[in-house]
Amino acid sequence: MELDRRSFIKLSGAGLAATSIGALGFGAAGEALAAAVRPFKLAQATETRNTCTYCAVACGILIYSTGDRAKNAKASIIHIEGDPDHPVNRGTLCPKGAALLDVVHAPTRVKHPMVRAPGSNEFKRITWDDALDRIARLMKEDRDRNFIAKNGAGTTVNRWTSTGMLAASATSNETAFLTWKVARSFGMVVFDNQARV
Amino acid sequence: MTNTWQDIKNANVILAMGGNPAEAHPCGFKWVTEAKQHNHARLVVVDPRFTRTASVADLYAPIRPGTDIAFLNGVMRYLLEKDAIQREYVLAFTNASLIVKEGYGFQDGLFSGFSPEKKDYDRSSWDYEIGEDGFVKSDPTLADPRCVINLLKQHVSRYTPETVSRICGTPVEKFLGVCELIASTAPADKALTSMYALGWTQHSVGSQNIRAMAVVQLLLGNIGVAGGGMNALRGHSNIQGLTDMGLLSNLMPGYLNLPKDSEPTLADYMKTRGFKPLRPGQTSYWQNYRKFLVSLQKSIYGAAAMADNDWAYDYLPKLDVPGYDILRAFDMMYGGKINGYICQGFNPLQAFPNKKKIRTALGKLKFLVVMDPLETETAHFWENHGDKNPSDPSKIATEVFLLPTTCFAEEDGSLTNSSRWLQWHWKAADAPGEARSDIAIMSGLFRRMKAMYQKDGGAFSDPILNLTWNYTNPVEPGPDELAKEVSGKALDEVKDANGAVLLRAGQQLASFAQLRDDGTTACGCWIYSGSWTEAGNQMARRDATDPREQGLAPNWAWSWPVNRRIMYNRASADPSGKPWNPAKPLIQWNGSAWTGIDVPDYVVTNKPDAGVGPFIMLAEGMGRLFARDQMREGPFPEHYEPFESPVPNALHPKVQSNPVARVFPDDAAEFGSVDKFPYVGTTYRLTEQFHFWSKHAKINAILQPEEFIEIGEVLAKEKGIAQGDWVKLSSNRGFVVCKAYVTKRLKPMMVGGKLVHTIGMPIHWGFTGQARKGFGANVLTPFVGDANSETPEFKAFLVNVEKTAVPVA
Repeated sequence: MELDRRSFIKLSGAGLAATSIGALGFGAAGEALAAAVRPFKLAQATETRNTCTYCAVACGILIYSTGDRAKNAKASIIHIEGDPDHPVNRGTLCPKGAALLDVVHAPTRVKHPMVRAPGSNEFKRITWDDALDRIARLMKEDRDRNFIAKNGAGTTVNRWTSTGMLAASATSNETAFLTWKVARSFGMVVFDNQARV
Repeated sequence: MTNTWQDIKNANVILAMGGNPAEAHPCGFKWVTEAKQHNHARLVVVDPRFTRTASVADLYAPIRPGTDIAFLNGVMRYLLEKDAIQREYVLAFTNASLIVKEGYGFQDGLFSGFSPEKKDYDRSSWDYEIGEDGFVKSDPTLADPRCVINLLKQHVSRYTPETVSRICGTPVEKFLGVCELIASTAPADKALTSMYALGWTQHSVGSQNIRAMAVVQLLLGNIGVAGGGMNALRGHSNIQGLTDMGLLSNLMPGYLNLPKDSEPTLADYMKTRGFKPLRPGQTSYWQNYRKFLVSLQKSIYGAAAMADNDWAYDYLPKLDVPGYDILRAFDMMYGGKINGYICQGFNPLQAFPNKKKIRTALGKLKFLVVMDPLETETAHFWENHGDKNPSDPSKIATEVFLLPTTCFAEEDGSLTNSSRWLQWHWKAADAPGEARSDIAIMSGLFRRMKAMYQKDGGAFSDPILNLTWNYTNPVEPGPDELAKEVSGKALDEVKDANGAVLLRAGQQLASFAQLRDDGTTACGCWIYSGSWTEAGNQMARRDATDPREQGLAPNWAWSWPVNRRIMYNRASADPSGKPWNPAKPLIQWNGSAWTGIDVPDYVVTNKPDAGVGPFIMLAEGMGRLFARDQMREGPFPEHYEPFESPVPNALHPKVQSNPVARVFPDDAAEFGSVDKFPYVGTTYRLTEQFHFWSKHAKINAILQPEEFIEIGEVLAKEKGIAQGDWVKLSSNRGFVVCKAYVTKRLKPMMVGGKLVHTIGMPIHWGFTGQARKGFGANVLTPFVGDANSETPEFKAFLVNVEKTAVPVA
């Protein structure tokens, strides 16, 4: 029986127990070889369905992470590939999608809130509470000072033009809705997204 | 997209113009390959550059950047002259036969009603003649010279193949070859699909580029059918969703408009939003506008929105200008009129035109907040990176916050793809370090603001104090709860016309058909209504079954509106209800109802002979060859040169560029002229990089490591530039020093007797990430936008190029 390396790995990877390798006629040598083959790492990983973060073809992807989502297990993403069930991309990915793992683990991911003081030449770490307290204070001061309740003609206009926001292009619809609610409740009109660029 | 990605396989002709899908949307482009292989489709590419899409085309025609309208008006002329239109479709489903008012006209580059002082039109003459019965007049014989189609014929008569060639630089025989292939889809059972992207939008006439193609598609009967449509290939994973959700200066969710100063009350606001049918019996679905608005206000403000206070109409900010779009915002910032700015997953220093102006503007802010998973250039705008970012931190007084956010792999939620599918995704792991979701950050800011207004008071706090916030976890509301809020629910019993109870209080709506304007329903975004029903999360569906393998997959995820996969699908059947293409029907009349493999875009019991048009959102029910007053620069598309152009406008030299485009004085002063900047510059993406994100990923940084320009062999030889030489590419706003890639893909074109060279520049490099540092193409680009949408003119501007020494590292 001819059995090349690829077929052999396929066989053992398909879940054949080492004992059944013996049944293929390899004897002790086969058992030793089977023991030396590393277990297929994705077999131990948790699979999560997701979509690519880049363009709006929105290819289906499968994300594999270590751990079983137990409360005290820390998941780490180890592999990302195209979802073969997806009706549009059918398992394929482009050179960007195929490298998604590298953007998830990019060394330039921001890990802590940072602040750069006026005139300073560096970012310094700040706690979340201090950062959000400070930003909210700056926003309220600006809003209270510059909010336009009525225009020159005395019409109620309730707008705030001196602080603005650019919304994202890869956040979820749920994030978008919450962002819209919050921005408009402040009366914010300098408000846009990345639809045009 | 009106159609789906897979539906492209049903096309007979595919026109890639204004986009380069093989490189920018590779996994969607497989459906073009599928159409070529299995449907014998012909691929036509019209592009300034011989792209990878062009490399697999059956016909490639070069075009000078910024002249697409001249080309498409020439196509219209060809179709009308050869009678290569789908006549029955045009007559029954478009406004071809409707009669336009006396007073409408076009002369010397301007439509009727232009005011040179205001640089704007009085658009009242761009409309139909209304009869004594209150409905629009028509002449089904098309004999009346004021019929839309006759005015269109007259308008495009100037665009002869020779004129097109003189403006666009496209050789006449190539242009005619394209016309012939496009015309081959006029028969009722043939379809052409239009695939476009920012190659059409990023012009000062961007919206009219798209309108021009929409008119071509209507003439050919290609809207609403399998393998047809207008397919905008959206560039970001959820930019369709953010637009649908109204995250634009002038919008509210579901394409409702934010009110203006001139609309102080709800009654004033609704006055122009009656959407009374222009022909008898039309659906004119926007007549339900008030239901969408009241349900939104109930969703946002709950009990504080009531009939007595006009559903909290005063809580909505009013606009004194058409919009505070990105260009206006940065012009205001540049002028010191903006103090605070928040960038959520957005990198304006790289993404906006005239980088010098953007950098200067950011430095005038009191505070800048960047929420992003990555170290963006914008967050670091104050750093000195030499020529690539010449800032002096000691002189910049902006307080900058950089807040780490989760990325796609670290959160649940839905994204809306290019073909309007809302697909749910799930979290795979926690984010690194202390990163938090955007939901948590926006909630954190909101809760702090609310607490301060509760304690200390301040400017108009009612909307802040009354914003609905009934979430299980108020600190970080769950995506599932937010999704249910968006889809909408009954606040009280909802009954049908006969008094039968459709929904009990608290139940999720089945669709927007259940919305009410009496405060008994709440819905965050009416077009998304039905995405989370009593049956659960429709966006998470994963049944890929595809009836007849026609490319709809109707049970995969959920498509807005009402899970319809192909918009305007009533137009896929003839006036009597029989499919134009019996081999690929979408819906048809079975004698008592409309049935088929897609959700009908029509009232299902409307008899075909009742004369209800297929374009149910429009007051006349017909596709618009004539846009009435909906576009700022005219009811028909007209060729205007880019604001920086190498040649005068060949049709009307006195009206060179879009007469109503907004140009701020500082920016007008920065436009360059052809004597100093003799070449056309254009910008684009590469297939290995995504905007300014993927350069943070190692593999992509290796695949396309450094900034370069593409320059044609003829120009390179003329300028003494060899393959891989260093060059300085400059516009009147700045310069880039990078390597030159000398290529056969860009060839000079004869434009009005003058040889015009185009230089291409991919956009991807900056000073953060793992790729080599670069300047970024937007150092060069002009600060002017499309007159309707303010999309910057990135695709056509003027540059100069010189060979330069190897820069000192």
